[in-house]
Amino acid sequence: MPAQSIWTLLSWGPDGWSDDIASGVLVTIVLALATLPIGLTIGFFVAFAKQHEEPSLRLAANIYTTVFRGLPELVTLFLFFFGMPLLLQYVVRLFNPNATIDVNSFIAGMIVLSLIFSSYASEVFLSAFRAIPKGQYEGGYAIGLSKWQTMRLIILPQLIRIAFPGLENCWLSLLKDTSLVSVVNLAETLRQSGVAARVTKHAFLFYSVAALIFLALAILSSIGTSYILRYIGRREAR
Amino acid sequence: MSVSQAVVVDKPPPLARGWPRARIVGYSLVGVWMLFGLGIVAYLIYAWNPEFFARYAPAYLQGLGTTLSLVSISMVLGAIFSLPVAYGRMSRNRILSGLAYCYVYFFRGTPLLVQTYLVYYGVGSFRPELETVGLWWFFREAFYCGVFAFSLNTAAYQAEILRGAIESVPRGQWEGAASLGLHTLQTLRKVVLPQAIIVALRPYGNELILMIKASAIVAIITVYDLMGNAKLAYAKSFDIQAYIWVAIVYLVMVEILRHGVEWIERRITIHLHR
Repeated sequence: MPAQSIWTLLSWGPDGWSDDIASGVLVTIVLALATLPIGLTIGFFVAFAKQHEEPSLRLAANIYTTVFRGLPELVTLFLFFFGMPLLLQYVVRLFNPNATIDVNSFIAGMIVLSLIFSSYASEVFLSAFRAIPKGQYEGGYAIGLSKWQTMRLIILPQLIRIAFPGLENCWLSLLKDTSLVSVVNLAETLRQSGVAARVTKHAFLFYSVAALIFLALAILSSIGTSYILRYIGRREAR
Repeated sequence: MSVSQAVVVDKPPPLARGWPRARIVGYSLVGVWMLFGLGIVAYLIYAWNPEFFARYAPAYLQGLGTTLSLVSISMVLGAIFSLPVAYGRMSRNRILSGLAYCYVYFFRGTPLLVQTYLVYYGVGSFRPELETVGLWWFFREAFYCGVFAFSLNTAAYQAEILRGAIESVPRGQWEGAASLGLHTLQTLRKVVLPQAIIVALRPYGNELILMIKASAIVAIITVYDLMGNAKLAYAKSFDIQAYIWVAIVYLVMVEILRHGVEWIERRITIHLHR
């Protein structure tokens, strides 16, 4: 094989690897964006349960965060990726003895990342809940709003504003954690770069490319969040 | 009509201990967790396999040793290397602080997995060059590569922790010490650091926990740490309990550390509580 110049390797098309890596970047972004709303929702409800006056709710939520913050991400991922099919298969075989189950690595990654993201986000939401004075709730009830309305119209807008910087950190670590899903063969950025590295024997080049892509995604999201932050700030000023 | 009516104020009735919705939900969620835990215990008892245990328990112990030594070496090396980085971050020299900023940004902005690959596969691909420099023995071993990548990574995080802690000490403390005639090093050792440690303890503890959790990824570059041995056991036996056991070990380790850090924090802030 004639030695190719690195510019050929990085070009777009059959000789280069840019198109393959770009498809991987797309998978990374889609995975992170698909995880975000699920993780935020679960995280919000876990934080809500953690500051509830009912002790059993608090206990359940605390077990949740202890488990998913205590387990290494990789262990959670492997447990789900290998354990979930066994469990599902066991359940499904009760009805249909010949069924086989395969778990899609994208879905497995999405579930695991949501669990991890939500347990970290719940801590952020919890401290935001604690920063909102009790009078806000009481004021809401005093003007006749129901519990749900108070939450939606009075607490939530303040909560988001307070929690936003913390959630930004959670988002950045989510973005980095997506690289772990490459281990279960999801064709995202790191996986595609790894394939390119193995085929072309230019490991340093392609792993540097992967690192720079993650760096670029981090920079892009901090630009994005600063826009959102400015928008939130303007709403507040009005 | 008499105006002076005795106003009798009753105590509000005690709150009804009925079954409001939150309690039903809470009890059922706790119930789900209990079922889940019992399910795992039942599975481990049902799948109890003395042969599996005899075969892999020593490997797990050895793996635990590898994990702990990897994490402790990286933490110590990272702590040493974080000193110049933190100094650079706080320096007024543009070039120095710019370099330190780029270092920190790179290592905090890219996944640790990518950094580990970059060291093990990336740097390792320059074998002839490394052999001439005489460093090949280092980059050949996956364990050393793991230590190298982890130290650089944690140095970036620890530098930020250190900087935050030192900057949290008010300027007046420096000025006061200077007016007493202490020089910079004395000020740092006797005045600033004792106050900074209280601020830094919790982040340092979190960083240690994060490192223990992150150390599982060296299993992917063929280091037989705790996770690596679990992978091996699973590949040989196709028995999911390989991962369940390792999850329990990690969880216990992290919980012990977390409570340990909380205990130390209570001890060293005892003068702040009244």
